[in-house]
Amino acid sequence: MRTDLARWQFATTSIYHFFFVPITIGLSFLVALLQTMWHRSGDHTYRRLTRFFGTLLLINVAVGVVTGLVQEFEFGMNWSAYSAYVGNIFGGPLAMEGLLAFFLESTFLGVWLFGWDRLPRRVHLACIWLVAAATMISAAFIMAANSWMQHPVGYVMNAATHQPQLDDIWALFTNPVFLWGYVHVVLASLVTGAIIMLAVSAWHLRRKDSVDAFRRTATASIVVLIPTMVLTLFVGSELGVVEATYQPMKIAAAEAQWNTCTSCSFSAFQIGGGNNDQTPSKIIEIPSLLSILATNSLHGEVVGLNQLQAQDVAKYGPGNYVPNVFIQYWSMRVMAYFAVLVLVLALWGGWLVHREKLEHSRWFLACAIWAVILPFVLNTAGWMLTENGRQPWIVQGLMKTADGISPSVSTTEIWISLVAFVLVYVALGVADGYLMVRYGRRELSDGTGHAEPPGDASAEEADDLALVY
Amino acid sequence: MATFWFIIDVVFWVGFFILEGFDFGVGTLHSVVGKTEVERRVAVNTIGPFWDGNEVWLIVAGAVIFAAFPLWYATMFSTFYLALVVVLMALMVRGVSFEFRSKRIDPRWVSTWRWSLTVGSALLPLLVGVALGDLLHGLPIDQSHQFTGNFLTLLQPYGLWTGVTLLSLTLLSGATFLAIKTTGVVHDRASTLAPALGWVSTALVIGFVIWTHLAASRGAVPSLIDGVVVLAVVGAAWSSGIGAQGWAFASACAAAGFTVMLIFVNLYPHVMVSTTNAAYSLTVHNTASPPYTLKVMTVVAVIFTPFVLAYQTWNFWVFRSRLASPPVSSETTPKAASGA
Repeated sequence: MRTDLARWQFATTSIYHFFFVPITIGLSFLVALLQTMWHRSGDHTYRRLTRFFGTLLLINVAVGVVTGLVQEFEFGMNWSAYSAYVGNIFGGPLAMEGLLAFFLESTFLGVWLFGWDRLPRRVHLACIWLVAAATMISAAFIMAANSWMQHPVGYVMNAATHQPQLDDIWALFTNPVFLWGYVHVVLASLVTGAIIMLAVSAWHLRRKDSVDAFRRTATASIVVLIPTMVLTLFVGSELGVVEATYQPMKIAAAEAQWNTCTSCSFSAFQIGGGNNDQTPSKIIEIPSLLSILATNSLHGEVVGLNQLQAQDVAKYGPGNYVPNVFIQYWSMRVMAYFAVLVLVLALWGGWLVHREKLEHSRWFLACAIWAVILPFVLNTAGWMLTENGRQPWIVQGLMKTADGISPSVSTTEIWISLVAFVLVYVALGVADGYLMVRYGRRELSDGTGHAEPPGDASAEEADDLALVY
Repeated sequence: MATFWFIIDVVFWVGFFILEGFDFGVGTLHSVVGKTEVERRVAVNTIGPFWDGNEVWLIVAGAVIFAAFPLWYATMFSTFYLALVVVLMALMVRGVSFEFRSKRIDPRWVSTWRWSLTVGSALLPLLVGVALGDLLHGLPIDQSHQFTGNFLTLLQPYGLWTGVTLLSLTLLSGATFLAIKTTGVVHDRASTLAPALGWVSTALVIGFVIWTHLAASRGAVPSLIDGVVVLAVVGAAWSSGIGAQGWAFASACAAAGFTVMLIFVNLYPHVMVSTTNAAYSLTVHNTASPPYTLKVMTVVAVIFTPFVLAYQTWNFWVFRSRLASPPVSSETTPKAASGA
């Protein structure tokens, strides 16, 4: 019960946190790109667009940063046994993240926000690029830490304390799960940022509002979206192969493959097939595709869950080593299918850009607006696949999740914190969603600070340093 | 090596209370020194470019404990469980209130974020102060480093006194910071508040120093740092009284920093004292990471900390000017807008 509650809390807070993280990473890069275009062309429209999307970025950063604090504290609060056991390895990347990324990101974001027209333009431009870089550096450290939980490397077991002990820090950053996973996350974040920029631009284009300006951002986001989505799919698929090597359970469960097979067919849609049902009704199957995906070979062998379970029992002792198959199967498919949908949308947009009639296709613009939901579904599904697939381990093969929780924290305390966080998160989510919609629909101002909607106290454009916030 | 990392961590805690100290103070006082929305905005914007970077000092102070002293991190964070829930909620509502507060002209919206900023900014130094006091005073901790008390155990008198002292010091540095960063009525109100806060802080700090001596059983002879702490806070109170605002702010920062340092100096070599049995106390040595981890962290810290200090200093330099209240024409008070 205590473990389940602590897991629920971690899952809730981290899924919520990861709504905002990819927006920050993706949008800061795109805003930096817009500001660069302004800098190079001198075209004032780019400056207006930079400030417009910069405001959306700042609203999200606020929530992303504060929800990240919860993640940072939660390891010690709910998972103290885990923290004590692996802190000498896992804590390192977290401390480095703070020192190398958080300071950089928060300092230069402040300078950028308050520095409009006060800093030399080059310096001001450098600030937003430093912010964009810092978000990606931050992601690198946290992914290195997370990848270590998926595939622990660079440690030796201390014979006296029976504890893993760091002996090679480079191994954490050359971990294949990290390399593929990190690139996958950064690409997915760029996809998220691009879709948001596209959706907001599409909303304005449908209303024929500042068409010339928003055509530019719509085009830019499509240009970013097409290659990043293709690459995300490719890298994600390779990540699957890497994970199949180190966490065969994860991938077998994602395919609901109960028994070992060769030339395995891929189940595209099935009914049933959870942990208590080894014979689901397969509705759509594609021959040999699973073997290709998992092993890059037409006749490759995929070991089934039952065989893996027997291997794990032999290796680690009695226990159930099969993760929740239903969640694995569907998070994999939701991620893959919706990703293809995004790609189709992006190619459609690319074709319209090519024919120079992007702003006239009302169907495309409507689809592009609603597509704003997709990245959040994709990102959440991706993390469900990764984290649920690691269960029952908190660190693959080293420590079980049930052994990682805090011995001194009671069920009541976890209930209190879970309810408290959910309440605050709902309130913040409502406020953030409200502001995003409001500022996303706001007319593009002329950049001088005098074109705000009536009664709008927006300070992004304020000339006065005393009225920025 | 473990001691070296203890010192590094103390540097981050001290840095946190010096830097975020004044922005906590400004956050709490912005409703006091600002009677109109524009005045409040001026007050908030004095810390606008800095507060977020200041807060990272707390995150890094915590993360350093995780990496360098995993057993301390594990025991401390699970011990202060419910208190940390409150701390996190305060950090969250306070953190978003900067960005959210002026994004909509609606009296209820504005006052919601005004209160979240005020209450959050006051609760944080108080609660973190209580926690630091608890580390030194001691808590019931068993042989396997597990806390055996409950939430009320955490609220013992010495901890509470430490919390109130640190809260008062953040208010003092906030008021002196406002005095050097603003003009007009905001400046006048902050300048009037500062000496009063200074003398209250002085009383609290003297009590704190004496109590700390008793809590750490250091005998009757004051140490050098005791003297420095008292001197700094008296200096802040006195110089703010005579209108030497720059000196007042510098002394207030020093007072906050040395107060935190005093806790850790008296704590060493312990990091969490056990009241159950002195042998169960957590120390720098029985909680530290193995040497390899500390070596890696040292290399990273030595290379990157100077950069952090350099660009944060540059940030303060860029935005060093005073904020004047904006002209009346750009006044956008909630009252005016709600009529529109």
